[in-house]
Amino acid sequence: MIYFDNNATTIPLPEVVEVMGACLREDYANPSSVHQFGQSVRHKIECAREQVAALLGATPREVIFTSGGTESINLAIRGALQSNPSRRRIVTTPVEHTATLSVMEQLAATGYEVIRVGVDQEGRIDEAEWADAITEDTALVSLLYANNETGVLFDVPKLATIAEAKGAIVHIDAVQAAGKIPIVVEDWPVHLVSISAHKFHGPKGIGALYVKRRTRVSPQIVGGSQERLLRGGTENVAGIVGMGLASKVALRDMDRVANEVRQMRGAFEASLIGSVPFARVVASTSDRLHTTSNIAFGRLQAEAILILLSEASVCASAGSACSSGSLEPSHVLQAMGIDESLAHGAIRFSFSKFNTPGEIDEVVSLLPDLLSRLTKLSGGAAS
Amino acid sequence: MIYLDYNASTPMDPGVRAAMLPYLGEYFGNPTSSHGVGVPLRKAIDTARAQVASLLGVSADEVVFTSGGTESNNHVIKGVAFALADKGKHIITSSIEHPAIKNPCKFLEKLGYEISYVGVDSKGRVDPDEVASEIRPTTILISIMHANNEVGTIQDVPEISSIGREAGVLVHTDAAQSCGKIETRVDKLGVDFLTIAGHKFYGPQGVGALFIKKGVTLDPLHHGAGHQGGIRAGTEPVALIVGLGKAAELAEKDSDHSHVANLRDRLHAGLSEGLGDDVVLLGHRTDRLSNTLCVGFRGRIGGEVMAGCPDVLASTGAACHSGKAQRSATLAAMDIPEEVAFGAVRLSVGRFSTEAEIDEAIGKLVKAAKATPVIG
Repeated sequence: MIYFDNNATTIPLPEVVEVMGACLREDYANPSSVHQFGQSVRHKIECAREQVAALLGATPREVIFTSGGTESINLAIRGALQSNPSRRRIVTTPVEHTATLSVMEQLAATGYEVIRVGVDQEGRIDEAEWADAITEDTALVSLLYANNETGVLFDVPKLATIAEAKGAIVHIDAVQAAGKIPIVVEDWPVHLVSISAHKFHGPKGIGALYVKRRTRVSPQIVGGSQERLLRGGTENVAGIVGMGLASKVALRDMDRVANEVRQMRGAFEASLIGSVPFARVVASTSDRLHTTSNIAFGRLQAEAILILLSEASVCASAGSACSSGSLEPSHVLQAMGIDESLAHGAIRFSFSKFNTPGEIDEVVSLLPDLLSRLTKLSGGAAS
Repeated sequence: MIYLDYNASTPMDPGVRAAMLPYLGEYFGNPTSSHGVGVPLRKAIDTARAQVASLLGVSADEVVFTSGGTESNNHVIKGVAFALADKGKHIITSSIEHPAIKNPCKFLEKLGYEISYVGVDSKGRVDPDEVASEIRPTTILISIMHANNEVGTIQDVPEISSIGREAGVLVHTDAAQSCGKIETRVDKLGVDFLTIAGHKFYGPQGVGALFIKKGVTLDPLHHGAGHQGGIRAGTEPVALIVGLGKAAELAEKDSDHSHVANLRDRLHAGLSEGLGDDVVLLGHRTDRLSNTLCVGFRGRIGGEVMAGCPDVLASTGAACHSGKAQRSATLAAMDIPEEVAFGAVRLSVGRFSTEAEIDEAIGKLVKAAKATPVIG
């Protein structure tokens, strides 16, 4: 099997699996228990918090563990709004992850004014338009760092600075970026950053929210006094420990892995365009996350391509995994104004350090034949 | 180390761990993926859902996986409150609920909801008639815990459910502490919602479930992609869910709790023999979790007793809000006098406890209690 769907989820590191396996056997105490066993488990959580903080360039106190990216995003957006009730405007984009879009829809239904600043064909935001949208009444802006479907990177420092200057709380959805490219929150004028472990070779069911000190956030899950009262519930110790180790490894190997994967992606795109002339790399001129290659195969159906790829034991996806199964073209590509006939045939290939140049060659070499079978089929159907 | 803190968190059953391990590594995909990697994961989730449903005596599509008991409780309290706000803004609960119920209720009070906190007797029992008398036309939910985490007292949930049903009010029970220890079948309890938590019955931390009766709608707690029928957004943590399912399967098989009950009673008898009237049972003598022995060491501070036997791991007050030198909310609601309540220690045994451990613990606890100065 060739796994080119690393933006959906990544292969957990063997060392992460190992440390979690040990944790599940040994560290069963409740970390809130005051006895020595409970406190030894608490210590493991705090070590992991330091590791996650290091990945983000934050201090440990600014890291809150959650059950994953979706919860982090919900906590960030709702929590910040509830703590800042006088302002009623939210500025975001139409290319956010479904989790953000869905929260926004619900907020719009409850009386918030939600402004979605559009993007161009390359997935970029117009700075002037962004600046105009953010008013003194803007409570919050929520912005992706790396788009999960196209990999396009927003210029977070610049866009966040504009928002922060108007007194808005800035939330960055870095679920897709964290562990892959450097994030130094100290250098960013941002207040909240959402991340998820399973996107960078950690376990599922665990994520974190960076909450800059002095940022007021109302908890969404209340109970015990865990996570500095921002998130109640007995900690998922094994998940937290796994996330900590995944963070440590990601930070340690970041530059090397980024270079290797970037080279693989470069080779993939160059040789694919060479052998399939009608293929188009989405947002090719934008600054993109090195893991991601979104390729539009004009006049073909993504679902059909995926079925044939799957038969050849190649995993990729159309749009994001979270919305797969739907026949609607991706909301991201629609927002970019990509022609529908292209958008319907868009496939996201996403890579990781566990992929090899050999796998790239293999997929590139099987695609022309695979696509020509489909072209014949759809050509026949059209005539 | 003698672990007598099963109500705080249970050791994971080796069978649960074995079931989870492949899903931590080998089966790594995103269950939502349409390609081959997603298929076995969706099957594993379906199996786990069926296992939990079987334990609870409900159908699989009535089970929603969450990140744990606290999330399940928040989901019910807020979800019902927001979904039924047009009908009314009154909720009935008890004064001995876990903070995971109490705190969402307090949150709602700030939004203008009214909460009635029904008291308990000295054994920690809620009087169902009192619940009935609190019902108003604007009541939208009754949430009464199945068994108390500190003293183990079991509530008459079937009776409370029938009161709710007659009045047309939804009923929730927090069964986080009872699940796996006593029967928690919904066909017996009659509730509309029920909370369970993996790490309280030999499953993993970080996962729980919420039973939502078919046809009952409540607002989601989190919004996102349409996972779990749109009720709970977020990529499913497959390994955790598989672990919860396995724990449920084991709990259903392990329905004979006499081993645990015998150890608990042996512990109680040993302490009474060693300390006489200086050991006071807190909670109901019979309607109590089979594994839970909450005692007050009369005239002493519970924390000081436990400091005298650091090898014995137990809680003073509940683990989730321990570290405070005052009567726990539960013991205060039961009106336990301070000279007993300050000395409260919750000893909770479980599947892996042994007679030898219990006997050793008795010796150490008695010795420590005798060495602890009596106040006043």
